[in-house]
Amino acid sequence: MRTFLIRRALLMIPVVLGISIIIFALIHLAPGDPFTHMIEADPNVTTEDYENLLRSVGYYDPLPLKYVKWVGQLLRGNIGHSISYREPVADLIGRRLSNTLLLAIPALCLSTIIAVPLGVISATRQYSIFDYIVTIIAFIGISIPAFFFALLLVKYIAFDLKLFPISGLSTIKSGFTGIRLVFDKLHHMALPITVLTFVQVAGRMRYTRSAMLEVVRQDYIRTARAKGLSERTVIYKHALRNALIPIVTILSVSLGRLLSGAVLTENVFNWPGMGTMVYKAIANRDYPVVMAGTMVLALTMLLANILADILYAFVDPRIRY
Amino acid sequence: MGVPISQTNRRLEQGLSPWSIALTRLKRNRMALIALGVLIFLVLIAIFAPFITPYSRDEITMENKFQPPGNGHLLGTDDLGRDVFTRLIYGSRASLSVGLVATSISMILGVTLGAIAGYYGGMADNIIMRIVDIFMCFPFFLMAIVMAAILGPSIYTVMAVSGFLSWPILARIVRAEILSIKEREFIEAARALGLKSADIIVSHILPNTLAVIIVYVTLGIAGGILGEAGLSYLGLGVKQPQPSWGNMLAAAQSFRSLIKHPWLWVPPGILIFITVLSINIFGDGLRDALDPKLKR
Repeated sequence: MRTFLIRRALLMIPVVLGISIIIFALIHLAPGDPFTHMIEADPNVTTEDYENLLRSVGYYDPLPLKYVKWVGQLLRGNIGHSISYREPVADLIGRRLSNTLLLAIPALCLSTIIAVPLGVISATRQYSIFDYIVTIIAFIGISIPAFFFALLLVKYIAFDLKLFPISGLSTIKSGFTGIRLVFDKLHHMALPITVLTFVQVAGRMRYTRSAMLEVVRQDYIRTARAKGLSERTVIYKHALRNALIPIVTILSVSLGRLLSGAVLTENVFNWPGMGTMVYKAIANRDYPVVMAGTMVLALTMLLANILADILYAFVDPRIRY
Repeated sequence: MGVPISQTNRRLEQGLSPWSIALTRLKRNRMALIALGVLIFLVLIAIFAPFITPYSRDEITMENKFQPPGNGHLLGTDDLGRDVFTRLIYGSRASLSVGLVATSISMILGVTLGAIAGYYGGMADNIIMRIVDIFMCFPFFLMAIVMAAILGPSIYTVMAVSGFLSWPILARIVRAEILSIKEREFIEAARALGLKSADIIVSHILPNTLAVIIVYVTLGIAGGILGEAGLSYLGLGVKQPQPSWGNMLAAAQSFRSLIKHPWLWVPPGILIFITVLSINIFGDGLRDALDPKLKR
């Protein structure tokens, strides 16, 4: 186990380097510089000031030097200073990441609670009407563009029926405190969480169903039945526990994907999360934020993948590394 | 009794060819057939768009803007008085071709790199799989936004970006398939006969991975269409005046249109949904049909 962990950690190094080089190269291929937007708005800035400004942020350094400087700063824990927000990127990301997690974690829990039982029942009653209906719902969930679903909710549930707020994190200038503040936040979270949950239930339910179908065919299930155990015990004690192994391991990958995959949903609900942050930073050419943001999300994804590997080895005693 | 044995054998062999088994299975799957019918219908609409609608694609009539459905315009008109139904059926051209081209790009990259990694192993495998690892860590949609912002919005950008970002999964699948196939006896035989590696890969290994590739490619087209929708919705995809389902959905970016003019963005959204749903159902049917592990 220990050698496996060490080997896995060592394999991370070239991947992290590769990620950083690609992100760095991409950003520096982008046309324009971070100040163009600000200068256009302000006629008082002379060309000379402009040049000095660019020189002060190291705009004219050769690329490899820039890369080394950037990595050096990253290693020292300084991930940059946002140009448009005028604050350290770390503070910004900290805030945005917690907003994103506020949606991602409930969505992950809810979708698992809904999807796993549905998948199990669907698999134990393969080809029944229940299985048929659940499968159709799953196909709908996989096929509907999440942001289109979000738009439909905003228009028909939030605006027409006035059941939920249209966008944002909380009611601005409400002066809510204590429990009312919490309820206000929950009220705002409800629709985005619905979207993320619905989209995820579909995939996870299909996954659970096929994992169960795979397990039910195994010899030890036949043995359990032959022993005369009740169907309930066979399914929930013997089959489900084995089917849960792959399900648990992909949960960490799902969380990693949720953090970055909700760009469009966040955009529709104007939710100040990681996705909207990077998207707006690209529009504003705020490259430190783009670089740090994509870097953080890619590293989270990498850690999530590795966590999945480790969990797999941990949960399934049959696997020896 | 009268039938010669050799003839019976031949008939049996014909009956058991994997492709004809798959075809019979597919024919029995009613959902998949309906989905295929919907897809063929959509492709025909895209091809014969000019014959279906009396309006021209970009015809602007400002006095007619934001007309609700009815009154000669089946789905109303948009902010420039253009007929929404007309743009919708022309839009299928952009959306479907993005799906097809993006998937072709990812197929070429994925199959080539996956085959090299799986067959040669060693250093090549190591390098390619590390690149795959890197790509698998990228937040797909954010990278697509970054790349689209760099390349500038256009239909070709969308094709290139979604093709370029989605090959690693296929490369992994092809590699895994090849790893198991290359140990079989018939490959050993081919090698013993002195065939070149490239010939062995192309004519003996890849045909055996075809089933997996076909399923992936089918489902990949759905991914390409969704990618187009998302990027164009953010204004980073197909550019006006050319319509695509994604950039028609972008009408909902304006809060007034989102609330007051649902005929602008609901129909393209529903069409994307129906297309992707059909592709997914058909792809799933294909997977079941082509899976040799499933018994009839």
